[in-house]
Amino acid sequence: MTTSPSNSLLQSTGSTAVETEKPVVLEKGYVGQSIPRREDKRLVQGQGTFFDDVRRHGMGYVHFVRSPYAHARILSIDVSKALELEGVYGTITGDEVAIHTDPFFEMSVEPGGLIKDYALAVGKVRHMGEPVAAVCAATRELARDAAELIEVEYDPLPVLVDAEEALKDEVVLHDDAGSNVVWSGVFDWGDVDEALSEADHVVKIERLHFHRFSSTPLECAGALVEYDRGTGEWTLTCNHQMPGVGAIWMAPALRTGIDKLRFVTHDIGGGFGNKICLHPQYVVLCLMARKLGRPVQWTEWRTDQHTANAHGNERTFLDIEVGVRSDGTMTGFKVRAIDDCGAFPRYEPLGCIIWAQVTPGLYGWRNIRVDFTQVCTNKSPVSPNRGYSRMQHLWLTERIIDIVASQLGFDPVEIRKRNYVKAEQMPYETPNGCVYDSGDYAAALDIALDLIDHGSIEERREEAAARGKLLGFGIGSTLDSGTNNFGQSTLLNPDLQFSGNNEAAAVKLDIFGEVVVTLGTVPQGQGHETTAAQVVADILGCPPEQVNVRRGHDTWFNTHAGFSGTYASQFAFTGLGAVKGATELLRDEMVKLAAFVLQAPEEAIELADGMARIKDGPEEAALPFMALGAIVNANNAFLPPDFNPTLNHRYVCRPYFGMVDKEKKTGQLTLTYATQIHAAVVEIDPETGEVEIVDYAAVDDCGVRINPQIVEGQVHGATAHAIGAALSENFVYDEEGTLLTANFYDYHVPHAMDMPPLKTGAMESPSPVAPLGAKGMGEGGGGGIHCLCAAIQDALRAAGKAIVYDSCNPPHRVWSMLQDPEATRANVEVTSK
Amino acid sequence: MATPARSRAISLEINGEQIEMEVPARRLLVHFIRDDLGLTGTHVGCDTGNCGACTVQLDGEPVKSCMMLAVQADGARIATVEGLAPDGDLTALQRAFNEHHALQCGYCTPGMLMSASALLARNPHPTEEEVRYALQGNICRCTGYVNIVEAVVAAGGGGA
Repeated sequence: MTTSPSNSLLQSTGSTAVETEKPVVLEKGYVGQSIPRREDKRLVQGQGTFFDDVRRHGMGYVHFVRSPYAHARILSIDVSKALELEGVYGTITGDEVAIHTDPFFEMSVEPGGLIKDYALAVGKVRHMGEPVAAVCAATRELARDAAELIEVEYDPLPVLVDAEEALKDEVVLHDDAGSNVVWSGVFDWGDVDEALSEADHVVKIERLHFHRFSSTPLECAGALVEYDRGTGEWTLTCNHQMPGVGAIWMAPALRTGIDKLRFVTHDIGGGFGNKICLHPQYVVLCLMARKLGRPVQWTEWRTDQHTANAHGNERTFLDIEVGVRSDGTMTGFKVRAIDDCGAFPRYEPLGCIIWAQVTPGLYGWRNIRVDFTQVCTNKSPVSPNRGYSRMQHLWLTERIIDIVASQLGFDPVEIRKRNYVKAEQMPYETPNGCVYDSGDYAAALDIALDLIDHGSIEERREEAAARGKLLGFGIGSTLDSGTNNFGQSTLLNPDLQFSGNNEAAAVKLDIFGEVVVTLGTVPQGQGHETTAAQVVADILGCPPEQVNVRRGHDTWFNTHAGFSGTYASQFAFTGLGAVKGATELLRDEMVKLAAFVLQAPEEAIELADGMARIKDGPEEAALPFMALGAIVNANNAFLPPDFNPTLNHRYVCRPYFGMVDKEKKTGQLTLTYATQIHAAVVEIDPETGEVEIVDYAAVDDCGVRINPQIVEGQVHGATAHAIGAALSENFVYDEEGTLLTANFYDYHVPHAMDMPPLKTGAMESPSPVAPLGAKGMGEGGGGGIHCLCAAIQDALRAAGKAIVYDSCNPPHRVWSMLQDPEATRANVEVTSK
Repeated sequence: MATPARSRAISLEINGEQIEMEVPARRLLVHFIRDDLGLTGTHVGCDTGNCGACTVQLDGEPVKSCMMLAVQADGARIATVEGLAPDGDLTALQRAFNEHHALQCGYCTPGMLMSASALLARNPHPTEEEVRYALQGNICRCTGYVNIVEAVVAAGGGGA
């Protein structure tokens, strides 16, 4: 029998550096090969099916009326003129929502837990673009016209756009909560006071700011919703990327059973976490479909997505203190973090704990105290965004390293290598009980340094200086922690009944011998159809072409679990783990069936070349898969009563975590840790502050790479997001809470001309805990942001030694740092013994 | 004063087929293509003409079909992604996108293909720089453009 070749890799404990350009080809295995994606054939012909492509007879188009104010009381809403317009089917307002639904479940303890979040604004608006009413009409254009006719009278209120200002509670967004604080708590591991007092140097950093941006998938959010009056069921043809959790929010709000919500996805045009918090709009669509008795469709406008869907968490780090020994060893740090989640918590306060998956970053410091507070402001709500919450924290740890290095005169490479967790320490338990499963950070850094020819940096710096340019070099060391333990939510709210994780898959052998795989995951471009087929083909000994992996997600497949979805870098573990588990059940049954039919012992049967056959037996002692499928499905009278093969197996991958310690706030918060080390060389034009990336390398170590080409594609994409975030993408608000970057004109994402050539390298340190040795890696941990901030700071050394204090450095900010470097240096103070 | 027409009959050629249809005067070309003709391969990714997901070829030139009205296309010859390989035999460019992993979610891909195939028609062997220039009106949020550029260069035989 053919087994998955990755198992052999699992045995090896060391790391192997491999060239990405030449993927590892494992003998006889499809796992490990860069097989071109099967999804592509339809997508390059315009034959993909995205939710907006789906139509129904009599379908109405929904448009939302949105608040022009960031904070205001709603005095009245008059829909009468809209209803008079021919072709308008109906409206929904906040009053109806308040009658027909309940507020969404909140995850926080008080005060955040007291917040009432409805599907439409009820009584008050709290951010620009917040939906206050919805209208449905025969065409998209009419729906827009009708929305213009809905008259809403507002009484504007004072606006909060600053998180620290929000802490004062002089203006309060949610009267029910009585405070803008959603959640606050102190995480204290080791003895940070002792670590600071025994250190030779203490470096204090007054303030660092991680800005607001989002990955802005090219396809906006939306859904087609149908209601069945007879059964009370809603079908949502949509692009929600985490339907299991979406249903947990929606069903109680709609006062219905969870099985009354059927989520169907086909192709999804990118997600990056931004399609996790769609439940408010979806609930409005459900109400509209039921009220009007017709299918309704909503496609979000780009400007609405930027204004009012999902930003990444903004975080301000205050009063950072870091202990450093004279040899550069870091002893610990403490920080006060203020997280700004915008107007409603929604997926929050999970971001208040998710960062703790990577508490020490890649470093060995054992004493860390984080005083964490999350507040609401009059800005767009947030949702998980590629690198969610860990990226912000990892940026902090990397900023600390480079600020310490600059202040105390350490080399950024040396100080990293001195403080990195070492390969021989793996698996490594962090101060808060997470286990870094495998990796060799120093070796990955060396690959990155080679790729950008680190040895020639000083020479290039001189050459650039001769051209009037400031050259800088920076490193971004980062982790992509994957496979969440939802039990970490109980560190925020001990009453929550979440723990562990799960994902499902089903694999069957059909009557004509076709292997059919159904996934519980909800891919948005990650190539699950291809990689799942690779894993199945290896286990069943057939070519991937014989494996049909169904596109998308459908609740009615019954192939989903409570946490189903595609998020948090976990497909490689839970998604493929479920595929592997289901396929092994099928394989075992196929062997048993073949043994029965061929009258041979099970040990003598092998699955290979699309057949079940007797090893080394005569040619006729073989059954093609088709024969096995036909026997069970159509020709089964001869099977004895006590042998009932189904050739149809569902498996739930449920990783083992154990329970978290709510007192100490420790536990295994996630299972796999992919490493990414980025290195960049930039040139700054001192006249304009413009930053040009002249050399860039990203090295990824995600353990076994099921499909190296897909892994490399994820590295490219995560790097592009990070480059965009570091140099231009920024959701900027004015003091009245108006978003100034509400579309792709003002919110500049990288275009083909903006992207530098990317060099990539790879290592494979197989995960000892993951079913295939493969770690989730798609989020990338924001490595590009870290390394560009470091490179800019390095470049500015020659022109005033400014300290980079913000994660977004567009030309105007770099120019300001060049003009007034002292202002940034005043932010940092060193006390030495 | 005469009332302006709310709709108008237009006639155009799309993917080699002649179409005559009455369309609302205000309808965008992209919505005409998607909603009226059912050619849903052409996508909408923004509302400001920046993203290029809606790129089609109008008389051989790549244009953003969200930036013009359907009535403005009267008499034109339009090509959409569905017209690239009408029999399902992928073009060299489409094959290169697959081989080089030039797409992830696939949402920007039709627009990319229409811009890139227009480039290849006027410059059969573009260099990397020429490809980047030709694609700068098409946003991709998944790939960082690395493999897209590589695929187009490869489809052109690897540059001049």
